[in-house]
Amino acid sequence: MSARKGRLAPRSTGAPPWGSPDPSGSAPSGDATGAAVELRGVRQAFGELVALDGVDLQVPPHGRLAVVGPSGGGKSTLLGLVAGLLEPTAGGVLVGGEPGWRQRLRRCALMPQKDLLLPWRSALDNACLALENQGLSRAEARRRARPLFQRFGLGEFERSLPGQLSGGMRQRVAFLRTLLAGKQVLLLDEPFGALDSITRGRMQEWLAEALAAQPSTVMLVTHDVEEALLLGDVVAVLSARPGRVVHRLQVGFDRGGRRREVVASQAFVAARQTILEALE
Amino acid sequence: MRRSGPALALVAAGIAVWEAAIRLLRVPDYLLPAPSAVAADFGSDGRLLLDNSLVTLREMALGLLLAVAAGLGLAVVLHLSGTLRRALYPILIGSQTIPIVVLAPILVILLGFDLAPKLAIVALICFFPIVVNTVDGLASVDEDLVRMMRTLDGSRWAIFKRVELPWALPTAFSGMRVAATYAAIGAVFGEWAGSSAGLGYLMLQATPNLNTPRIFAAIVILTALSLGLFLSIRGLERLLVPWARPAGRGAPVQQP
Repeated sequence: MSARKGRLAPRSTGAPPWGSPDPSGSAPSGDATGAAVELRGVRQAFGELVALDGVDLQVPPHGRLAVVGPSGGGKSTLLGLVAGLLEPTAGGVLVGGEPGWRQRLRRCALMPQKDLLLPWRSALDNACLALENQGLSRAEARRRARPLFQRFGLGEFERSLPGQLSGGMRQRVAFLRTLLAGKQVLLLDEPFGALDSITRGRMQEWLAEALAAQPSTVMLVTHDVEEALLLGDVVAVLSARPGRVVHRLQVGFDRGGRRREVVASQAFVAARQTILEALE
Repeated sequence: MRRSGPALALVAAGIAVWEAAIRLLRVPDYLLPAPSAVAADFGSDGRLLLDNSLVTLREMALGLLLAVAAGLGLAVVLHLSGTLRRALYPILIGSQTIPIVVLAPILVILLGFDLAPKLAIVALICFFPIVVNTVDGLASVDEDLVRMMRTLDGSRWAIFKRVELPWALPTAFSGMRVAATYAAIGAVFGEWAGSSAGLGYLMLQATPNLNTPRIFAAIVILTALSLGLFLSIRGLERLLVPWARPAGRGAPVQQP
């Protein structure tokens, strides 16, 4: 554990943001401490189309892995595999040491590329979805979600329907929905891909802060090199189809301070250059 | 009111032209009654028309209710069971080649002269658009939403209750709205096949007497009843599917 301090990527191991986990809670995943993720020689083909081939990746418990790659390079497939929505054509995917897709589904929460908020539920009730699926009453689920809404600047939008929210706000709600599932592994699929660059920058700061207090393991895929460098401890570069890991980079520089300062620092620029070269 | 204004104005103009044409051309009432003659029938026999309207309205409303219950129920069953869907759906589509109103005499023989055969005929006519629209709505759910629910510990039942059902509501309602406009046809044919009350019955009574204003009065009421049923479903839809209303009426979009 490094001793980095600052706004962007500090990682405290404090309590989960919604207070102490309820031991009697019906969340099947139990506490939200991280589980290790491992992919061994994974190949994923859809008929003729080979999305991934020979992918090896490891994320230690509580680790932050950012996978960066070109569009259409099998990044979403990668997360679908870890999440337990897909079974690999060849190779193994393990979450917490277990290869079964049911175990993976139970341990992972996936924030999809589109926000996929249900238009008939308020922002708060959208965030409560996993808790209700896990058997909590709506009132109890809301009671647990509310503090998070306050903390992440969504308090006044609790009752808003998704159609009344801006893109950035919708992504925040989608993120909280994923977080509230209380899973050991958070999988983020291009979380801000659909946003304009100004909003995206602001959301990256927001997410870095939100993840800082998170004990879960995080795996993020993106086509945005800066996003990968800002949010990941390790950045893996995925090639164009068929996707394979062509480069790995340990993020060693200081990410404290404002985003624009971090992005302009020499170490950041050098790392970005390395990744861009690997992507070619 | 502003939206229905032009349509109402057009109807009023049509009535005025009709009235003028009948008077100018001196068409006898038994051939084509003037709107004023139809209105006069409402004045002289209002009570009779009202009583019989209530009979028909009851047949329409209860028949539609039956169709909604059976239609939604069957749609859900067909959606949840692939086997049943493959077995029943083609038969259901095929059954629509039967002109259902011709079943009315058979239903009267089977069920008697009371309410039952009318309900059956209304329900049979209204049933189809409800089932088909609801099944289509349930089947058109965004696959990504289902995957999202699965990663959030959503069981099959949770996915149905929290995603598929609300998703299908707007299409189910368009099926019900179409069905509402069919109800009058069913009720009248049911009454024609054998009855002692109702607007269809009044029309049968009026025909041999060449009481054409009465027939027109019945048609006007049937139209109004259909419209009323349609608008009731519309109102229910607004209440139950508020999110499908066009954006812009609610709160303004918030900036992050």
